[in-house]
Amino acid sequence: MRPFDVAVIGGGIAGCSAALHLRQRGASVVLLERGQCGTQASGVNYGGVRQQGRHEAELPLSQRSRAIWARLPELVDSDCEFVVTGHIKLARSDRDMAELEAYAHKAAAHGVTLELIGNKKLRDRYPWLGMSVVGGSFCADDGQANPRLVTPALARAARAMGANIRQSSAVVNAVHRGNGFELLLDSGGTVRSRALINSAGAWGATIAAMFGEDVPEEVMAPNMCVTGPVPYFIEPNLGVVGGDIYIRQIPRGNVIFGSGLGEADRAAIRAFPSPDVTTDAARLAVALVPRLAHAQLIRTWSGIEGRMPDGLPVLGLSSTTPGLVHGFGFSGHGFQLGLAVGAVLAELALDGEPKTPIGEFAIARFLDRQSTRPNGTKPIPSKAIEEAKHA
Amino acid sequence: MRREAVIIGAGPAGMRAALTLADAGLRPLVIDEACRSGGQIYRRPPSSLRRKAEVLYGFEAKRAKALHEAFDALGDRIEYWPETVVWNVHGDRLHLLVGGQSTSISWLNLILAPGAMDRVIPFEGWTLPGVYTLGAAQIALKSQACAIGERVVLFGSGPLLYLVAWQYVAAGVDIAAVLDTARAGAGFKALPGLARGGYTFLKGVYYVAALRARGVRIISGIRPLAALSGPDAAVAGFVYRDHRGHERRIACDAIGFGYGLRSEIQLAELAGLSLAYDEVQRQWIPVGDKFGGDSGGIYLAGDGMRVRGAEIAELTGKQAALRLLANLGRNEYRSQLATIEASLHRAEAFRRALECAFPFPAHLAQELPDNVVVCRCEGVTIGALRDAVRACDVSDINRVKAFTRLGMGRCQGRVCSAAAAEIIAAAAGVRPQAVGHLRGQPPVKPVALGALAEGTAP
Repeated sequence: MRPFDVAVIGGGIAGCSAALHLRQRGASVVLLERGQCGTQASGVNYGGVRQQGRHEAELPLSQRSRAIWARLPELVDSDCEFVVTGHIKLARSDRDMAELEAYAHKAAAHGVTLELIGNKKLRDRYPWLGMSVVGGSFCADDGQANPRLVTPALARAARAMGANIRQSSAVVNAVHRGNGFELLLDSGGTVRSRALINSAGAWGATIAAMFGEDVPEEVMAPNMCVTGPVPYFIEPNLGVVGGDIYIRQIPRGNVIFGSGLGEADRAAIRAFPSPDVTTDAARLAVALVPRLAHAQLIRTWSGIEGRMPDGLPVLGLSSTTPGLVHGFGFSGHGFQLGLAVGAVLAELALDGEPKTPIGEFAIARFLDRQSTRPNGTKPIPSKAIEEAKHA
Repeated sequence: MRREAVIIGAGPAGMRAALTLADAGLRPLVIDEACRSGGQIYRRPPSSLRRKAEVLYGFEAKRAKALHEAFDALGDRIEYWPETVVWNVHGDRLHLLVGGQSTSISWLNLILAPGAMDRVIPFEGWTLPGVYTLGAAQIALKSQACAIGERVVLFGSGPLLYLVAWQYVAAGVDIAAVLDTARAGAGFKALPGLARGGYTFLKGVYYVAALRARGVRIISGIRPLAALSGPDAAVAGFVYRDHRGHERRIACDAIGFGYGLRSEIQLAELAGLSLAYDEVQRQWIPVGDKFGGDSGGIYLAGDGMRVRGAEIAELTGKQAALRLLANLGRNEYRSQLATIEASLHRAEAFRRALECAFPFPAHLAQELPDNVVVCRCEGVTIGALRDAVRACDVSDINRVKAFTRLGMGRCQGRVCSAAAAEIIAAAAGVRPQAVGHLRGQPPVKPVALGALAEGTAP
């Protein structure tokens, strides 16, 4: 059998988007997903679609993604409940507010417009906010979507365009041989391809290690909660400086919120919400929006996500193997990015270079920290890393 | 502090377990959702409402009275927390709402006796005001001395149908009809000889005869079609198809229905026990080891381990407590344990025969039209499930949940999943066990965020 142009390992949002973009370019694609597409981090996340608050290095990618989100109906025949509600990041101290002001400046340089809102105006607009809030920053262009729908819809669309989407198909070993790759599946079969995309999420480091690239990827399990329906009143997607609570409501009334981390079991491929974290989340949610005290928590859940030490993803060409492309370790904020990441992965696999700057995400930064950091870039401040872990 | 023994549920299984442990000198903590002990079958009215046990429990009056009196007499020998919801089991911690306030405790040994609830197959109009499950109809009567309506249609299958009908008639309620979805000749009459000698069989025959003697219409082999709504958008009638295929209408202002019971399995699942599909009962039940629990100090009892009725629930409650004692090294309880297990073995044979005589009418779910709502919490129609199976090429109920919101609401699929599994299985052309079960996710029951936010530290 002829080798595929590209094999994709991992059917999360990035891998499925890559498959779709590769088919748009006419490349032959096989996607190998151990379970079902979009059942880990891509399917069980909060559903925030935001540019605001991202590390500056992610903003170009995030903006590109935002443009693809707008075209979702034409790409996958469904809007996947993507709604542009705006995203407001709230300050609970003057220091927080100063931070929002500084960020708004930086974002403006990238073309992301943020509206800074003072306390009085904020309370006029959102009279239901708790007293701890002193101000906020609003990104009208951001929104929210239903994560359970997006990745399977991408997979279906890619399949309809001719991608070979194989679910329940785990890759147990991968080697580079001659001009391409040979993947050994748990079924005993093999798949050959010219290029290989590693979009294996929390298991991305395992695949990278097969090519001599050992990176310190850990797992995280965002602790998610949802209430029963209450009358719709929280229109924007809510976040806070520090990222310890994030809240959104969907028009049918359910309030989705998250805070902190549950328990991830990478080996068992299961993640569990933690009741103590859930209790803290309820406390933070009620403090931010006191009216939620009467809402009923009806469900909590979690999923496994890969986390890099600096809170930024690994995205780019392999440092050891020609034709190998990495895109994993999105550290809890890969959902909004996923659509553009797929486009970039496709470009890397076919052209060897992306149309969007991704230099800061090179895998080399973990292999030899001193020598591989591109000239002129600064080390990432630890505060940004903390924030990137949340929301 | 880890409590030596915690019992969840104060129905016949939990009460008997508490009595057994207290007799052995332990001081178990009994946690129960209701304001008074008794569970569903021996449910008691609030103490202000005085009603005779004979009126409340009929044939079971003596057994119920004895158990209530013994449990009440325990006093300080147990710790008893009524009106307490267990919303999560996580490791050795139980997360609770005690009188609406959240807290948590730790356990060393846990007896799970959470009981069972009605098994529902939807029908057109089942979400109208005035439609109740048979269990709910019975609770209204036992707990509040209320009937669900003035002219009531009861339908479904299983022994509860005739028991509730008899209790309603005895309470003076006008029963418009008792409609059995099983064919005449099925049910009690179809019980094999072994079980015909049984107590349950005698009770069943008695109820049917007593109902007929009071002139109640009993019709078997029906297929439910729809609840009709009146000008106030509440139930005004019921339409069914009789066994000859004719459509029939009955005027009524309330409907009680159900198809046997399903085990409450979420706590067991959250506690880490695996679930297995019981082919006879067509439902998922927790799997214990040969000691009725896992080696981690969890013991199963009552209808929550498998629906087998109050008599067996009490036996399994005692069994769980004796096993716990034996595992604590109290070898003097091993002979009692052997005796209980022999009685259980005998009772089990009758019970299995009964289960085979009242099979879950899965075809009623499989053949429902697309427009009927299956998940009332989230307003998901049967057509939406079938579309998801077709369009997304899935048969796993958790995937169907992800695409349709099935079972995502406040009941967590406890009401809809029995029928949904059959509908998905039929649409996908697989057996219902291949569909799987909805994964349990805390909280087991809804919890107000305010209660969590103001919770007390353990």
